[in-house]
Amino acid sequence: MLSQQKLYFALDAEAFGNFIDVLKDLGYTVYGPAEKDGAIVFEILDSIKQMPRGLYDEQSPGRYRLTKKDNQRYFGYVVGPQSPKYVLYSPQHLLFKVRKDGRTFIPQPDGKKIAIIGLRPCDLKAIEILDNVLLKGPYKSNAYEAIRKDALFIAVNCVEPGNNCFCTSMNTGPFAQSGYDISITELLMNGSHVFILETMTNKGTEIVSRLKCRNATEEELNVVSKLMEDAKNKIRKKLDVENLKDDLYRNIEHPNWNEINNKCLACGNCTLVCPTCFCSSVFDSSSLSMDVAERWRVWDSCFSIDYSYIHGGSIRQSIMSRYRHWLMHKLATWVDQFGTFGCVGCGRCITWCPVGIDIVEEASKVRD
Amino acid sequence: MKEKSTLETAQEVEVEVMRKFSVEEVFKETPDTYTLLLKPLDKKDYSFVPGQFNMLYAFGVGEVPISLSGDPDEKYLIAHTIRVVGAVTNALVNARKPKFIGLRGPFGNGWPLEKTKGKDVIIVAGGIGLAPLRPAIYYILKHRKEYGRFFFLYGARTPNDLLYKKELKEWKSRFDMDAFITVDAGDEKWTGNIGVVTTLFKHIKLDPNNTYAFVCGPEIMMKFTVLELRNQGLTDDKIYISMERNMKCGMGLCGRCQFGPYFVCKNGPIFSMDQINRFFGRREV
Repeated sequence: MLSQQKLYFALDAEAFGNFIDVLKDLGYTVYGPAEKDGAIVFEILDSIKQMPRGLYDEQSPGRYRLTKKDNQRYFGYVVGPQSPKYVLYSPQHLLFKVRKDGRTFIPQPDGKKIAIIGLRPCDLKAIEILDNVLLKGPYKSNAYEAIRKDALFIAVNCVEPGNNCFCTSMNTGPFAQSGYDISITELLMNGSHVFILETMTNKGTEIVSRLKCRNATEEELNVVSKLMEDAKNKIRKKLDVENLKDDLYRNIEHPNWNEINNKCLACGNCTLVCPTCFCSSVFDSSSLSMDVAERWRVWDSCFSIDYSYIHGGSIRQSIMSRYRHWLMHKLATWVDQFGTFGCVGCGRCITWCPVGIDIVEEASKVRD
Repeated sequence: MKEKSTLETAQEVEVEVMRKFSVEEVFKETPDTYTLLLKPLDKKDYSFVPGQFNMLYAFGVGEVPISLSGDPDEKYLIAHTIRVVGAVTNALVNARKPKFIGLRGPFGNGWPLEKTKGKDVIIVAGGIGLAPLRPAIYYILKHRKEYGRFFFLYGARTPNDLLYKKELKEWKSRFDMDAFITVDAGDEKWTGNIGVVTTLFKHIKLDPNNTYAFVCGPEIMMKFTVLELRNQGLTDDKIYISMERNMKCGMGLCGRCQFGPYFVCKNGPIFSMDQINRFFGRREV
């Protein structure tokens, strides 16, 4: 149900372009959804024209297709292959440059403020989870903190969840509960096309006050409430999380784990699209003259054989053990490490797995 | 005022930023293992607790986790014992006079040297696993009266592979510790024990209620040592082992050193067996 204490505003879809302008005027670099190479990705938005109006994504295990529909929703799609970690925790980041004599250059944050439009509730939760990993210590990632601390998050509630979504099981959606500055529900009714806005922070309220909004009508709010209920009911995929951690720990040698050896390609797609996968490697190089060396942090995947390499060989040789490590991390060990699951139920790993391996199915196979 | 012990002075340091050290001396311990003595170029002291490790950076080649192997009371000459197994370790020991070696650390927890005061301690090391234990041996010998009986078991593949040969001789000759050394395969000059390190347990009798064990070596060696310690009646909460995993950051951010629910770099590298017995010895965890 909608909160009685909150104020809800309505913004005409025609005026939505103004939203981007207001953010730009306030000095934000605005990231938002755009179609690129047949998928919805986060791009820097200059104008509303870049947004994927009327585009929908069909998702099923191992399948993602964009289709065009007649209605003119801006947020008709569910989630694309990119999660907000692309923007917040760059796939490659220069840690330092050092000269042969030891003089070191550490790149400083550029002070850029970013706003992200179109974060789904599961992605908001994923950011909260990344905060736990990268900021709560004992050590933190300075690069992540620099971009994260002033970031503005504009969430979009899900009224048409996808086939691979299971956010209701992970308690992360389909409507945003926390972690946003402004939330949006897109409403198409009786020929009118409006966004119902709600704010969580002062920053968000200030921005909304600069838009040409009116108060939302009671009729509109009733529709939002109904959409909220409907969205929950549309989510078919369910993961039973009760005792999940203990079940997985107990079944670490379950014979069914071995079945994955015949399916998983160890390509690492699931870890790249996962909004919470944070593992990284470093890449060292030096200039040809050997005077200057660089060290880069790059995203890494626990599916690579190098990931667990110590002298003498990799710890996790079999694909089974790498898949088991990943799944156990998401649904069991993460709980002990950071107090939440490492999975938000966005379904990306299912969609983008080239052979359609489904984490929900696999987890249930090794529980008895 | 009572002087602060080494264990208390280990400082919180800014470990994200690499400090530069010069290589003062290189000792060849075995055909493939070297001990490097590093001196801080910034002239600031450096402190650690026994069992911790550093990330050492070779210019342009890369960075690896290496245990601190020296005396924890030595603040300006920092020892690391390095076995050459890859590009970075090779660069670290062969660059006889590089301009600098980058160092971040110390990372990780340490051996439980405070909590074991008043108790018997047994140290079991295999191969280069002796390196992170040597600071603990120094510490115990320096504070010898504060501990009960002290056992030391060490095994290597051949006499040539034994580290710290001078010190081994000294430790064997001491009356305040029981040191036993063995090799898997002897040579024409070797007159000592033959066999893996667990065969040394027949020489000793531990008091299971009053003894703590510190173990470091290859995982398979630790697995069988733990079995021997249990045979002698030690419970898992009294057995501490030092784990090894791939590491890139040392700060719990890169994720690579995960071992079950633990990050070896920030929760370890030293774990009590009752913490990890659910995972330890399982294949590919």
